[in-house]
Amino acid sequence: MDGMHDLGGKQGFGRVAYPSPPHDETWEPLVRALSAFSIKSHIYNMDEMRHAIERMAPKHYITAPYYERHLTAVATLLVEKGVVTQEELESLVDGAFPLAGPIGPGRQAAPPQVFAIGDKVRVKNDYVPGHVRMPGYIRGKSGVVVRISVPMPFPDTAGHGMQAPMEPTCDVRFKSTDLWPDSCDEAFNHVGVFQSYLEKIETA
Amino acid sequence: MASDRESSAAPLEQRAAALELVLRRKGDLPETFVHDFTEHAEEEWITDNGARMVAKAWTDPAFRARMLADGTAAAKEMGFGFPEHHRQLVVLENTGDVHNVIVCTLCSCTAYTIIGAAPDWYKDLDYRARVVRESRTVLREMGFDLPASTEIRVWDTTADHRYMVLPEQPAATIGWPEEKLAKIVTQDAMIGAAGLDPSKGQ
Repeated sequence: MDGMHDLGGKQGFGRVAYPSPPHDETWEPLVRALSAFSIKSHIYNMDEMRHAIERMAPKHYITAPYYERHLTAVATLLVEKGVVTQEELESLVDGAFPLAGPIGPGRQAAPPQVFAIGDKVRVKNDYVPGHVRMPGYIRGKSGVVVRISVPMPFPDTAGHGMQAPMEPTCDVRFKSTDLWPDSCDEAFNHVGVFQSYLEKIETA
Repeated sequence: MASDRESSAAPLEQRAAALELVLRRKGDLPETFVHDFTEHAEEEWITDNGARMVAKAWTDPAFRARMLADGTAAAKEMGFGFPEHHRQLVVLENTGDVHNVIVCTLCSCTAYTIIGAAPDWYKDLDYRARVVRESRTVLREMGFDLPASTEIRVWDTTADHRYMVLPEQPAATIGWPEEKLAKIVTQDAMIGAAGLDPSKGQ
């Protein structure tokens, strides 16, 4: 989905707060541990977790600290999996317990393709309503395969709690000047792109 | 859906405690899990792991070759592990002409068992939005001014392999023992956002 989380290349942001100002919030390690427990005990998988964060209302996403996004995703998935209801959660706190927005249907992987290092590829012009790990800034853009990863669960399927096929990704090298002509620093941008998101233009 | 809910949201401490209670009651969360997990994360998943890999790569050419060919195997060889969803560790080699820098624009993925928990600045929306498009400018603003001739390679962690940068060994440290070299390798350098300061090894 073209959500608020898809930040790569968005303009108007400012200087990175570097080095990070110190902070110590005891609820943050707690959320980190609860999130790890829920994944370890297979209440949901990592892609479902990421998708729950993406489904947060944009205004909530952009204003929430990092671990509030995790907390909201854990709570949303526990409600969606039937472990608890939002009313039960709210009965335990003084105030509201906001959750992420509702989940839609996922999608299946494309038929397997074979890629090799050096292949010229284009990212498909896909607009996906559900979970997808293709950042918007590479959509429809062309690049060259520089590395092929081990197979991993296809996120667009796994993110919706469905049995996902294992699919390798290609690390694709793009020129920043192809991604944002006349409006970027010169660099090579590499993105780990699931093969279902790619079409081959030219074999190496 | 929840704009009213967000403005009247309960304090974060309470919401986190509520989730813990729910997982205890209904998710079989063991009494000691939170304590044990936190202790494990803070004691085992530390920057020193990656720093030791880098120092070893600088002093042992055969290990360096193995690490560049298969980062996962090299990490395991040194006794470091990965969570199930970190499927592969990819090591990116800096050279005199090439500088690598890592980001995760869609969330904040990192090889946290190897380089330690992601620093706040890496999770910063400003870093995620800008470093892919304005890499040289962002690094310069962070105090890391790369020569104009250096090729910058940005790596966006969009899938479940994890990247770490193998910095170039500073000339002043040639001949140092591994333990001393590891002291100068920082988390920020293994992300590619900072250079190295040999005086830290003194």
